[in-house]
Amino acid sequence: MSYSWNWGVLFETPYLGWILSGFYWTLVVSISSWVIAFLLGSIVGIARTSEIRSLRAISTIYVEVFRNIPLLVQMFLWFFVLPEVVFVELGSWIKRDLPFPEMWTAVMCLGTYTGARVAEQVRAGINSISIGQRNAALAIGLTPGQAYRYVLLPVAYRLIIPPLTSDFLGIFKNSSLGLTIGLLELTARTRQVSEYTFQSFEAFAAATALYVSVTYVVMKLMAVVEKRTAIPGLISLEAK
Amino acid sequence: MGNFDFGVIIDAAPLLVDGMQVTLLLTLAAIVGGIVGGTLLALCRLSPYRALSLMASGYVNFLRSMPLILVIFWFYFLVPLIVGRPIGGYYSVLIAFIMFESAYYCEIIRAGIQSVSRGQEMASKALGLNYWQRMRFIVLPQAFRNMVPVLLTQGIVLFQDTSLVYVVGVHDFLVSADIVANRDNRLIEMYTTVAVVYFAISTMGSLTVRALQKRLTT
Repeated sequence: MSYSWNWGVLFETPYLGWILSGFYWTLVVSISSWVIAFLLGSIVGIARTSEIRSLRAISTIYVEVFRNIPLLVQMFLWFFVLPEVVFVELGSWIKRDLPFPEMWTAVMCLGTYTGARVAEQVRAGINSISIGQRNAALAIGLTPGQAYRYVLLPVAYRLIIPPLTSDFLGIFKNSSLGLTIGLLELTARTRQVSEYTFQSFEAFAAATALYVSVTYVVMKLMAVVEKRTAIPGLISLEAK
Repeated sequence: MGNFDFGVIIDAAPLLVDGMQVTLLLTLAAIVGGIVGGTLLALCRLSPYRALSLMASGYVNFLRSMPLILVIFWFYFLVPLIVGRPIGGYYSVLIAFIMFESAYYCEIIRAGIQSVSRGQEMASKALGLNYWQRMRFIVLPQAFRNMVPVLLTQGIVLFQDTSLVYVVGVHDFLVSADIVANRDNRLIEMYTTVAVVYFAISTMGSLTVRALQKRLTT
């Protein structure tokens, strides 16, 4: 194998700037879509455990649809199909005036896709709490809303910290699919560096190192959060 | 939305069927390869030799923290550099998928092996079976029976993930549809069809898993 190594290329302009800006966009997209995924997933997950039939049906349909279509296909639907099938005014606004169209598309797509996964975790968390807790909460006169707010959710969220962490890491990794619609995130920038410099090993190694270290930091951080928020005497889902 | 043209889909059907064959073949090969690789990795992770289990867990954690697209790129751009000749998109993604999925299957299989009661292993040890006999005849058959639903669920995830070969242009289902979509300028029809087909197959898969789960637990 004849390959001339040149790790220095990673620190030259403009390549260092490209990689850093790619890393920045990866983080921005991951964090913004996580906000959507968490809020949407919580609402849908709660709806799936609700007593009201229609709420359960709608939320189940949402989860099944978003889980059974590949993320990449969803990305194309959001980017190419959605602007054509909504109202003409909205469609042309998306196409012409929306700032950072690739970023917003990726954020919406990743957010709704992961939201379906988060919903499943939230539902599992709520369902793992013994039914007696819910009954007791209702018996002492709490409304269903209060029962969720003060009794069920505080425990459920603590239980699902590990799976939620891996869902966040899933978003972080899946944000690389943004490159298919032209979002210049970390993987796209890495390819660009590798094409301009022919130093593919170095470029891909840099991206790999960044992905691995963020994953490591997030896992360590969430382990601390899990420990800090643990309720004494309660075993986490993971340990079971 | 009024001018949704079903004719385009019918005309593209032969191409789409060819693409679906590639997708299914890739899925199947990656499932088989991933389960074999995952079993070996799981045995390494659970082995009493520290070096072996450290290496296996290092591999698994490393690959699980990488995006699949990046793994595909690694193999697509770098393997030709190492072996000195192009190996083609199909084989590079096949290797990438097997390596990547092995890491995920490893975790499933490890949990499956650990779910087999310890008494089984001790009893087979007491009967004088050696390590390979214990694994082959006692532990793995029981472990796999418990794992079937999870393995299939991972298979459905994998089936959806194969669409990522799009980034290196292997002609799978999505890429075939994409070619027609851009050639005939029929993005809406083609992408919707792709979504519906993927949805139908994945849903059938998960319904099968659910039915299987019910049968296994009763």
